Amino acid sequence: MFLINCPYCGERDQQEFKAGGEAHIERPKQPTELSDDQWAEYLFMRKNIKGVQFERWNHAHGCRKWFNMARDTSNDEIKAIYKMGEKPPPQ
Amino acid sequence: MTKNLRVKSSEFIDETSRISFKFDGKTYYGFKGDTLASALLANNVHLIGRSFKYHRPRGIMTSGSEEPNAIVQINPNSNITEPNARATEIEIYEGLEASSQNCWPSVNFDIGGINNFLSPFLPAGFYYKTFMWPKSFWEKYEFFIRHSAGLGKSPTTKDPDIYDHRNIHCDVLVVGAGISGILAAKNAAKNNYKTLLLDEKNELGGSTIFETNENKKINNTFSSEWLKKEISELKNIKNLEIKTRTSVAAYHQYNYLLARENLTDHLEKKDKKNKIRQRLLKIRAKKVILATGALERPLVFNNNDRPGIMLSSAVKKYSDFYGVACGVKNIFFTNNDTAYESALSLHNKGIKVAAIIDIRENSDAKIIKKTNDAGIKIYWSHTIVDTSGYKRLSDVSIMKLSNDGMSVTGSKTSISCDCLGIAGGWTPAVHLYTQSGNKLTFDEDRNVFVPKADNSAQICVGSCGGDFELDEIIKNLSNKLKNFLNISQTDFEDISLENDKETSKRNIWLLPSDKPTGKTKPFVDYQNDATAKDIKLALREGFRSIEHVKRYTTTGMGTDQGKLGNMHALGIIADTAGVKMGELGTTTFRPPYTPLTFGTIVGRNVGEFFDTFRRTPMNDWHIKNKAEFENVGQWKRAWYYPINDETMHQAVQRESKAARKSAGILDASTLGKIDIQGSDASEFLNRVYTNAWSKLAIGKCRYGLMLNEDGMVFDDGVTTRLGENHYIMTTTTGGAANVLSKLEDYLQTEWPELDLYLTSVTDHFATASLCGPNSKKILNKIIPELDLSDENFPHMSFKEVTIDKIKCRIMRISFTGEQSYEINAPASFGEAIWEKCIEAGKEFDITPYGTETMHLLRAEKGFIIVGQDTDGTMTPIDLQMDWIVSKKKYDFIGKRSLYRSDTMKENRKQLVGLLTEDPNIVLEEGAQIVSELNQKPVEMLGHVTSSYFSPNLNKSIALAVVRDGKNMRGKKLFIPMENKNISVTVSSTIFFDEENKRINA
Ligand SMILES: [Zn+2]
Repeated sequence: MFLINCPYCGERDQQEFKAGGEAHIERPKQPTELSDDQWAEYLFMRKNIKGVQFERWNHAHGCRKWFNMARDTSNDEIKAIYKMGEKPPPQ
Repeated sequence: MTKNLRVKSSEFIDETSRISFKFDGKTYYGFKGDTLASALLANNVHLIGRSFKYHRPRGIMTSGSEEPNAIVQINPNSNITEPNARATEIEIYEGLEASSQNCWPSVNFDIGGINNFLSPFLPAGFYYKTFMWPKSFWEKYEFFIRHSAGLGKSPTTKDPDIYDHRNIHCDVLVVGAGISGILAAKNAAKNNYKTLLLDEKNELGGSTIFETNENKKINNTFSSEWLKKEISELKNIKNLEIKTRTSVAAYHQYNYLLARENLTDHLEKKDKKNKIRQRLLKIRAKKVILATGALERPLVFNNNDRPGIMLSSAVKKYSDFYGVACGVKNIFFTNNDTAYESALSLHNKGIKVAAIIDIRENSDAKIIKKTNDAGIKIYWSHTIVDTSGYKRLSDVSIMKLSNDGMSVTGSKTSISCDCLGIAGGWTPAVHLYTQSGNKLTFDEDRNVFVPKADNSAQICVGSCGGDFELDEIIKNLSNKLKNFLNISQTDFEDISLENDKETSKRNIWLLPSDKPTGKTKPFVDYQNDATAKDIKLALREGFRSIEHVKRYTTTGMGTDQGKLGNMHALGIIADTAGVKMGELGTTTFRPPYTPLTFGTIVGRNVGEFFDTFRRTPMNDWHIKNKAEFENVGQWKRAWYYPINDETMHQAVQRESKAARKSAGILDASTLGKIDIQGSDASEFLNRVYTNAWSKLAIGKCRYGLMLNEDGMVFDDGVTTRLGENHYIMTTTTGGAANVLSKLEDYLQTEWPELDLYLTSVTDHFATASLCGPNSKKILNKIIPELDLSDENFPHMSFKEVTIDKIKCRIMRISFTGEQSYEINAPASFGEAIWEKCIEAGKEFDITPYGTETMHLLRAEKGFIIVGQDTDGTMTPIDLQMDWIVSKKKYDFIGKRSLYRSDTMKENRKQLVGLLTEDPNIVLEEGAQIVSELNQKPVEMLGHVTSSYFSPNLNKSIALAVVRDGKNMRGKKLFIPMENKNISVTVSSTIFFDEENKRINA
C-alpha cells in the first residue's frame, strides 16, 4: 500500500487514489488527420515497462486533482511526483 | 494414563488459579498462564491430531506460532466453531473446549490411518496425477478427498463476534519483544521517537525471559533477571506503546503493516461478552525494526514425526517457562550446541535426560564438559536411523555416521525414551522482511538465509538479522540502533557479558538411514506430509524451479507455510540437484505470517455496513407505499409498487398501462447531475458529446450521447442550458461518478485552457418525473400561474418556477414517449413536492411506478439503456443512432475512432427490435440468437438485451444486438432455448407511437 504525496494535499494512503495509466500521452490535436495506425498508436499502445515508468494518478477521494508520478514498477518505489503539465524529472 | 508432569513451579504460571478445559471430550486441568499445549503436556497428552495425507498420529512439536502439527478445532460442538487453531498459541481459560482435527472417528482410532500403510501408493503429485482423470470424476474424488482429509470444520452460522480496525502512525515500530526488540524500543522511545512495540505472546522477553544459563550472563546476573529489570523500566517511558498478543500478519511496501491484536481469545466466555474480539491494526511506521527472532530447525530423519518428537528449544521452554516435563525419559538429537542447553536445563530440574545423540565428531564448548559432568551420555558421530511407537515415541535406533555423513555404519543401538528433542540449528524469522519486498542472501558457512541489507527505513536486529550469540546480538544491536536512529549512544552498550559461544555445527539436510530412502519416511513438511522422498521424486520427474517443486510436493503449503521445513526442502533439492543453496533462491513468504480470521479482515464492515446505501429524499414515501426496491449501484430504487397480492409482473403491467392511459410518477432523483459553469461550457459540451451544443438556446434541453475515445457509447442523458454560461447535465444513475471523473480528467489534463467548473449536484436535487396524457393537467393544478402551452413550454425546454416558495426547475423531457415533466426540487423538499404531485394527481388516478415500468415504457419506444443494451462494444452507428453524431464538428471524444476500419465494418453487431412469432412468449434477456437451427457449430449472431411483455401493445417485445442487424429487417431468426426454439422476426427498435405523436398529445 503506497504512501503517496499528493502535490496539493500531502501524504495520503494509496486507497484515496486512482491510477490512470501511462503519462505524457497527449491527445492528438487533429485526430482526423491521422491514419488508422497513428490513431491506434495513441489509443491503444502503452509501454508497460519494468523500471521507472511515468504514470498519471488522481487523488479521487481527496482533492480530485490529477498529477504525474515516476514509479519504479519493479519495486514500486515512487521516484518523483509532479504536477500536470510539468516535465518529467531527469532519470 | 493421566500423569502429572508439572515438575517445578514457574513464575509465569499461576498455580493458585486452576483452570478446567476439555480436549476431545475429556476434562483436564491446567493453570492460568498455560497454553493448551503446555496444559496437555502437563497431563502427558502428546497425541493431538492426525496428519493431512497419511493420517499419522502427530503431537506437539513447538511452543509457538510455527507449530505444524498440534492444530485443533475450538468449540468443536458449536456452530461457531473455529478450525486450524494452534494448541501452542491458545491460552487456556475456564470452559475451553478443543478437539483433534483431521481424524475420524477419533484421534485414537482413525480410519484414514490406512493411508499410512498405502503410502507407497501416495507419492508426490498423487492427487494431481490420479484425480485429474477422467475429468468428469473430479466431483466424486473431491467428495472422497474432502471427507478423508478434513481440514477442520468451518463455522456454519454468522460470526457473532465484534472485530475492529484501528489506524496507527508511529515513528518507530518494533516487531518482536525479545531482548533485541525490548532494547530497541526502549532506546527509540527514550530518544523521542514515538514508538510501538508488538509481540505475539502475552509475555514480553522472548526466550531470554526464562534463560538461566550460567554461561550467558549479563552484568553478572542471569540474562532473564537483567531483562526483567529492563522490562520493568518500560512503563515509565513516555512515547512507548506496547501491545502484546499482537502478531504482525503482513508487511507491505512503504512500511505499511497489518497486525492482529487479540483481545479476548484468552478470556472465559462470560468475560468475552460484548467485547471486541480482535482488532486489525493498520500501521504506518516511519521506521521499522524487525526483531522477530529465529525458529529452531528440526532434523530430517526416518520417522521423525511421532508424538513425543519435539524441537529441543520447545522442550526447554515447556520446562523452564511452563514448568512442564515433556517426557519422563528424554533424549536429544542435535547438530549443534543448543540441545545441550536444553538437556542441562532439564537435568537441573531433575528431569531425566537419557542421552544426547550428536552428528558432530565433537565440540569443545564449555557446556559439553558440564553435560559430561552431569553424567549424560553423548553419542558423537551418531544419527537416528529410525524411531518407533505408534501413538507415542517409545524408542529410537541409532547408528554411527560415516565420515562423509552420507551413510551409516556399524551396528544399531536402541534407546528407549518418551520424548526426543531435536535441534537442527536456527533459521532467522525473515518472513516479514521478505514480505516487505527485500531480498535475502545465503550464508554458506552457517547455512542460513539472512537479510541482504538494511536501509534507512528498516533494519533487522537480533537473531532475525542473523546474530545468534548474545554478545554479537548486543554489540550489533547497539551499533545498528545508533546508526538507524541517528543517536550517539545506547543505554546498554557498556553492559558486561558472559557468553559461552557455540563452537561448531554440522549440517546434513537429510540424515541417512540403514534403509534406502525409498523405504523411509523422513518428513520435511509435517503439516502437508511431504517427505524427502517426495522432493527427490519431484526432481527425478524433472521439476527444477523451487516454486514448482513446492507446489508439486505441497511442501510449505500448509497453514504454517512450512516455517519449520522449508530450509530442509531447499537443502535436499540443492544436494540432489548438485547446486548451491544460494543459487536456488527461496520460495516467497506471503502474508499473512499466521492465518487471520475473515472477521478481523472485514472489521466493522459487515451486514448493513458492508457497503453504503444511497436513498432518495422520497424513500420513506416508497416504503410507506409498499414499494419493492432494487439496488442500482449503491442506490436503493423503488422497483415496483405491488397492490395487495400482485406479482411483480402484474404490478408492472398495471403501472405501465396507467402511465400511458392517464398519469404516472417516477422517482428519478438518482440520475447523475453535474452543474457546469464557465465561459467555455458550450465548447466543452461540444467536445464531450457527439452532437452540437453551441446553438442550444437558453432554456432548452438536449439529449446527448457520450463516447469513449475508442468510439464506444459511454453514457447518455439530457443536458439543459440554464444560462449563457450555465448548464446542468444529467447522466445515467450508474454512470454518474464515472462521467464526472472522465470530464474532470479531460478538463485537467487535455484541455486545461478551458474556463469552466464541474460540480456534482446529484444529491442536491430530488426529481419527480410526471408522465402521461394527464401530466399537464396535474402540473397545472400545482402551478396554475405557469403557462403550460406547447408554445410557451414546449417539449425539450425548461422553466424555473416556485412551488410553495420552493424554487424548482422543471424540464419537459420524456423517457417514456409520453408528455412528461421532470420537477427538480432541492433535496430537502423532494418528498413534499412528490406528495404534492400525488395529491394533485389523485383525480387522474396518478400511478407511482418504479424502475421496472420505466424500463418497459422506454423499451416500447426503443430508447436504449447504456449498460443494458450496450456493453462497451457498441458505437452510436451500431445503435442506429447515426442522427446524433455530428458530421460538422471537427472533433469530439471518440470521433476519430468511428472512422477506424473496424468500427466502419458493415457486419458489426447492431441494435434491432425482435418480435416473437407467438406474441405471448417473452424472451430471456441474454438469450443467444441464431439464423440456422441445423447448422453445427452454430454461429451466434447476437443476444437479447431487453425483453418485456408490453401491455400497451399486448405482445412481447425485445431489443437485441445482432450481427449485420441493420440489413435484417423482416428476417426470421431463432432463439434456441433449453427445451424449445423460439422464432422471432427482426423489427424496428421503435414498437410504440413511431411518429412520436404522444409527446405533445
Ligand atoms: Zn490531493
